Amino acid sequence: MTAVADAREERAPSRDRGERAVRRARWARGVRLVVLTVFVVVFLTPVYVLLVTSFKPLTEADPSRAWALPEIWTFQPWRVAWEKLAPGIWNSVLLAVPGSLISAALGSMNGYVLSKWRFPGADVVFTLFLFGMFIPYQGVMIPLVQLLSGLNELTGLDGVFYGGIPGLVLAHVVYGIPICTLIFRNYYVTIPGEVIEAARVDGAGMLRTYRSVVLPVSGPAFAVVIIWQFTALWNDFLFAVFLTGPRSWPTTVMLNNIAGAQTVPYSQQMAAALLASIPTMVVYVLLGRFFMRGLMAGALKG
Amino acid sequence: MTRMRRWLPGLLLVAPSIAAIAVFVYGMLGWNFRLAMTDQHDEVSEGKFVGLENFTGIWDQPRWSISVNHAIVFTVVFVGGALLLGWLLAFLMEKGLRGEGTFRAIYLFPMAISFVATGVVWRWLMNSGTGERAVGLNRLFDVVGLEFLQWRWFRDQDWGMAAMAIPAIWQMSGYVMALFLAGFRGVPEELREAARVDGCTEWKVYRHIVLPMLRPVTLSALIILGHISLKAFDLIVAVSGKQIITDVPAVFMWVAVFDSHDPAKGATIAAYIVIAVSVFVIPYLVWSLRKERRS
Repeated sequence: MTAVADAREERAPSRDRGERAVRRARWARGVRLVVLTVFVVVFLTPVYVLLVTSFKPLTEADPSRAWALPEIWTFQPWRVAWEKLAPGIWNSVLLAVPGSLISAALGSMNGYVLSKWRFPGADVVFTLFLFGMFIPYQGVMIPLVQLLSGLNELTGLDGVFYGGIPGLVLAHVVYGIPICTLIFRNYYVTIPGEVIEAARVDGAGMLRTYRSVVLPVSGPAFAVVIIWQFTALWNDFLFAVFLTGPRSWPTTVMLNNIAGAQTVPYSQQMAAALLASIPTMVVYVLLGRFFMRGLMAGALKG
Repeated sequence: MTRMRRWLPGLLLVAPSIAAIAVFVYGMLGWNFRLAMTDQHDEVSEGKFVGLENFTGIWDQPRWSISVNHAIVFTVVFVGGALLLGWLLAFLMEKGLRGEGTFRAIYLFPMAISFVATGVVWRWLMNSGTGERAVGLNRLFDVVGLEFLQWRWFRDQDWGMAAMAIPAIWQMSGYVMALFLAGFRGVPEELREAARVDGCTEWKVYRHIVLPMLRPVTLSALIILGHISLKAFDLIVAVSGKQIITDVPAVFMWVAVFDSHDPAKGATIAAYIVIAVSVFVIPYLVWSLRKERRS
């Protein structure tokens, strides 16, 4: 009898505590949501500015209307920006599409060998590759410029290696080898060794095994690498500014020239910045999942 | 012999990449160091070996000390800011909430855009004009009655580089958030539950269970942010160009190569950037590879 009473007495305050905990949890959730929403606004503020400014006619360029919506919406800045930026965008396409495809092909082969067809010293090679991922490219830039201009002279092809798109593609492919190899290697490690072994026992050589066993399941890794490299190549400024000339300037360099000129109105600069960002934004929105995976691979999860 | 027949094709397939990395990464790093030790201060001279003269001599140039100081301020503010903000966002999202995917996508999207493009809008936002001429954030402060917050942003003599770190934080903290979120989610729920049963408060669970398990993620984030910061170039050029007020080694090197036409000086600055990055990246690589081998 007394035991039951005790239990009842004990349960009452604990239920009270339970309710308090529930209320506190609801409060905490509310606070979290509010703080996160504030940050959403902060993160999107630059986008608001870009969009709003890019549709403003010159008559509304006054600082007092800086944050206001345009009274008259105009496509004029976009049209001018497109005219100025179009050659650069075309150069960027010629750079980023072949560059990312070649990178993916190389990365896939390297990753396959370094995970499934290993040779003595493969670990050392992989480690030496990885350091290549972190080097500041400034450290190779001057010799690279000298080498590429040497190649121009050697081949007699002026403005191909140094000052041209092919040279820039070459640089991006070479310095992209480490990250692409890493992503593919980490992906292929998950293929069970028995599958490879079975193909081997059946007499399939390295390339046969690659083609018939590994390649058919490589889709996601290819998506990750191609997206990663496409974004990196499209957004690159450092290599471009050192290695290209006026005829081969990609989007970023042209955008920087447009934005750096004091005479270009803000509306045109911002329209140009948006234009330059459309391809990678489209990729991000449609294939964000793969983009994320590339980012995580970049963190060297091992 | 038969063993060799087993691995040789693999080596051959990777050989072109090995050769490329050997030449373009290690060869060129070496070449750059070699160039930094010559007196090739214009594009035609022979380039006599002068040892470490350039490495010591550069400290006599005021612009170099300024750019090193700037890089330090930028790195501290950027790495600290991005780490804190990324952690905060992950901490707030950790328990899950409705529309999490959307939140994450919004915090992460700046990663997909080039620093050059975001530099355009940040230069506008951080315009140094005040009062009547204010645009950007200074104008916004004026509108909401916070005029006292108006300042010269990246044109400020002392703290300009801290302002320069703001767009970098905006761009990278979503990435840090994603890293931390993966870290948080990697803590097994049973472990937390067990600690709670043992009478730990939420704070203690966080302090003694979750936080220690976040250490590897924090280290990764630190390394990634740190090496991005030390070679920062695009953003600074896009926001303020080559002005000394926001000079950093990477920009100084660019000026040395293209404006001063001094390859040896450019190579010296580049070598310093490589050394600064290597000092913490090499131990990190060794550590993470050892960890991988153990597991």
